[in-house]
Amino acid sequence: MKFGVVVFPGSNCDQDCFYVIKNILNKPVEYLWHQSTEINNFDCIILPGGFSYGDYLRAGAIARFSPIMRSIYDFVEKGKLVIGICNGFQILLEAGLLSGAMIRNENCRFICKYVYIRVENTNTPFTNLCKTNQVLKIPIAHNEGNYYIDTEGLEELKKNNQIVFRYCDKSGEVSKIHNPNGAIDNISGIINKKGNVLGLMPHPERSSEKLLSSTDGLLIFKSIINWIENKL
Amino acid sequence: MIKPHIYKSLGLATPQYKKILEILKREPTPTELAIFSVEWSEHCGYCSSKKLLKLLPKKGKAKTLIGEDAGGVVIDKNLAIVFKMESHNHPSQVEPHQGAATGVGGIIRDIFTCGARPIALLDSLRFGPINKAYNRYIFKGVVDGIQFYGNCVGVPTVGGEIYFEKCYSGNCLVNVMCIGVVDPEKVVRAKAEGVGNSLIYAGASTGRDGIGGCSVLASCEFKEKDEKRPTVQIGDPFMEKCLIEATLEALETGDIVGIKDMGAAGLTCSISEMVATGDVGAQIELERVPLRQKNLEPWEIMMSESQERMLMCVKEGKEKKIKKIFQKWGLNAEVIGKITNTKFIDIKYKNQTVAKIPAKSLVNAPLYNRKAEKPKYLKILRSLNLKKISKIKNYNKILLTLLGSENICSKKWVYEQYDHMVQTNTVILPGSDAAVLKLKGTNKAIAATTDCNSRYCFVNPYRGAQIAVAEAARNLVCSGAEPLAVTDCLNFGNPNNPTVFWEFKNCIKGIASACKYFNLAVVSGNVSFYNESPKGRVYPTPIIGMIGVIYDVGKATSHYFKKEDDVIILLGVCKNELGASEYLSKIYKVFSGDAPSLDLALEKAVQKTTLESISRSLVSSAHDCSEGGLAVALAECCIFDKENMIGAIIYGLDFNIREDALLFGETQSRIIISCPKNSVEHIRKIAQKNNAPFKVIGKTGGKNLIIYKKNKVLLDVSLEKLHNRWYNSLEEKII
Repeated sequence: MKFGVVVFPGSNCDQDCFYVIKNILNKPVEYLWHQSTEINNFDCIILPGGFSYGDYLRAGAIARFSPIMRSIYDFVEKGKLVIGICNGFQILLEAGLLSGAMIRNENCRFICKYVYIRVENTNTPFTNLCKTNQVLKIPIAHNEGNYYIDTEGLEELKKNNQIVFRYCDKSGEVSKIHNPNGAIDNISGIINKKGNVLGLMPHPERSSEKLLSSTDGLLIFKSIINWIENKL
Repeated sequence: MIKPHIYKSLGLATPQYKKILEILKREPTPTELAIFSVEWSEHCGYCSSKKLLKLLPKKGKAKTLIGEDAGGVVIDKNLAIVFKMESHNHPSQVEPHQGAATGVGGIIRDIFTCGARPIALLDSLRFGPINKAYNRYIFKGVVDGIQFYGNCVGVPTVGGEIYFEKCYSGNCLVNVMCIGVVDPEKVVRAKAEGVGNSLIYAGASTGRDGIGGCSVLASCEFKEKDEKRPTVQIGDPFMEKCLIEATLEALETGDIVGIKDMGAAGLTCSISEMVATGDVGAQIELERVPLRQKNLEPWEIMMSESQERMLMCVKEGKEKKIKKIFQKWGLNAEVIGKITNTKFIDIKYKNQTVAKIPAKSLVNAPLYNRKAEKPKYLKILRSLNLKKISKIKNYNKILLTLLGSENICSKKWVYEQYDHMVQTNTVILPGSDAAVLKLKGTNKAIAATTDCNSRYCFVNPYRGAQIAVAEAARNLVCSGAEPLAVTDCLNFGNPNNPTVFWEFKNCIKGIASACKYFNLAVVSGNVSFYNESPKGRVYPTPIIGMIGVIYDVGKATSHYFKKEDDVIILLGVCKNELGASEYLSKIYKVFSGDAPSLDLALEKAVQKTTLESISRSLVSSAHDCSEGGLAVALAECCIFDKENMIGAIIYGLDFNIREDALLFGETQSRIIISCPKNSVEHIRKIAQKNNAPFKVIGKTGGKNLIIYKKNKVLLDVSLEKLHNRWYNSLEEKII
């Protein structure tokens, strides 16, 4: 199996994702320049965090027009896995591969800190090694992580079990005071209906080493590997 | 005939102008006059400071690399750390957001221009009193500019310090330090060589922004109603991110002979310094410079301080290959000139010569001998009659007030706005004594800190500067790092004022003596004069940035208590010292008394003991005592980790001094260690061997911080109360 990490101009977590896959999980991984279109020999593509194209218009709004995104639509259609982290999540929303939108954090400031998220759905390629309602300690770092979707859309997400992660406290309690950015229903990660595209705001690649005080992020990467290698 | 008011408006004095006539043997063209004015400005030419800066040691215990833009230390066969600190005070005072943002951008370029990948940023900030709306506007704007630029460019902001003091009203300080990693074999110099090689301009196009930034803005003080906004540059962190990747990729080819970023004085500075360093000449065709707008005059192209631009000397025949890399990243790359053997910088614009200057003359600005005079007020300022300080006895309340002081309280409102984790190296997060970053591919880590107490430097420049060095080293040691080398950013008032120059001279002497004592090289630095406004000048503020190495990253240590029933040890002694303290300032609104005493031998003994104890894995936490004294330091140990606060009972403080000095005095060379019981005797022995004063003063546990003196409870406060005050104060003061 092979991972691909997309590099948009302005991506800045591409090297961190690459490092975790290659040096910690010892799996094959390659960088994919945003202008490349040959991506069929990959099993999972990571859209990393950062400020693609400076995010000057709106987070992810320009990146969705990159040549590689056209290939990603086909890739998703074929049922292969795509995970968008932070800016990657924002790009997936702009591209219409996930539903909803991001608005600025409620406090109108960039927020970088460790948060807790609760795994709401373990029946996905990205969370199959997590326990139901398991609490993960993973940091966030974003300006626009205030996820929004209209009432109908939210009902749809709930109905189809598309909400994968919610912000919570250490014990797993989901409440407004543990919502760092104002996201609707404390949502920090969702999948598409088909279940092969995940977007999440927290950075699992930043919590994949003991020295960095949490290895909970590894569960997500390991789930992906487990799903692909065992053809779940 | 060029009239005096013309060259004076560019910041040149008459003797300097006469010197230009002498060099050129004719009257300068407008472009030449502009070029001399920026290259000979205080900011670029170090006219007042160069002679004194020679006092700083260039060698120390670590193998050093000293380059044109930044310096560094070699810490492994294939690994060197390059670092530098620089000021962007004046632009930030004029336009806080862009001023601070471009300060970040500028120092990052100084690092990757050596071929190093930038891995961390630290910010040392000073503002006027927080209760004034205008100061809060500047403060928020600066923080916003730093987060805007640093977060986007993908370099974590891992540390720094912030102080609020009246002297910075009207002239804030924004000093940014950047750290990079590089293979020592691959360090690139800012040097142009090889006749026939090309000069390639890369990055953003040139506009009218920042013209005269360094000569006009950075080299004179603020006066009332000055409109200086157009001299501030505008930053584009996305462009810089692409520029970092493109430059590092291009340097990998080995076809770049030399490279320099365009910072202060833009194209002028990079051309003249690269050419002069290589002892060659250059022929430039200015019309080839990519422009943001039409109709820029030649002198404007030369003077512009547009951001995110680099100048490279590229091997003849390899131009296309290098240009292609920059174009891949969506950046301009144009050949704008050739290296010649004339030793003249010959600048043409549309086939007309607009400047022809001997390269060396530009980088050897005339130096001044400034007058230095010890101010008379110091004698009165330093005298503090402790008997006259009425003894307020409610120590619980005083501790809470100090923990809530904007100079002491948690800065999480600030650092949570900075991405401090990107690049996944940050082992010790902001808020501890020093930031710790692991070095991928090794088992080592580096620790970094910035320090300076400018009150101490105002009452006693020599000792204050020594303390800044000692404290920086102490902070690194508390993280488990051996201090290796220093960068400094020297912020002072107008050097024409003999008092200012006396302060400057003594601070440099203080830094030099302390660095020599600890065997630390000063590998890079920056001088910022003219930090004055109609409200007065800033206190002498020589910020020390220091780097240390942790040989085993697993031994990185943080400052807060880890578990109950640990023993608390004090290394060092408590003296009857309250001069220039935060306690006097906040509780009695008094600023007087001399800076705390400093005994370098004692300092070294305490640091050695701590470092040895950490490296033998005997220690749970280590924290230095600084502003607010022992009581504040102990409180910080108790409450830092919100999810796991641990109280303490302190019963072993048998120092025979005033109670307030014991609790809140800022005596130097003290470190608080917590450790498991079975470590105590080992640490005692290490302390004895090093001649460091050692005392078991208490133990961890409980939900309160309780401090006894003999049998009397001096202070007893719940952790909840301490935490709330310390954690929320900054936010409460600025909203």
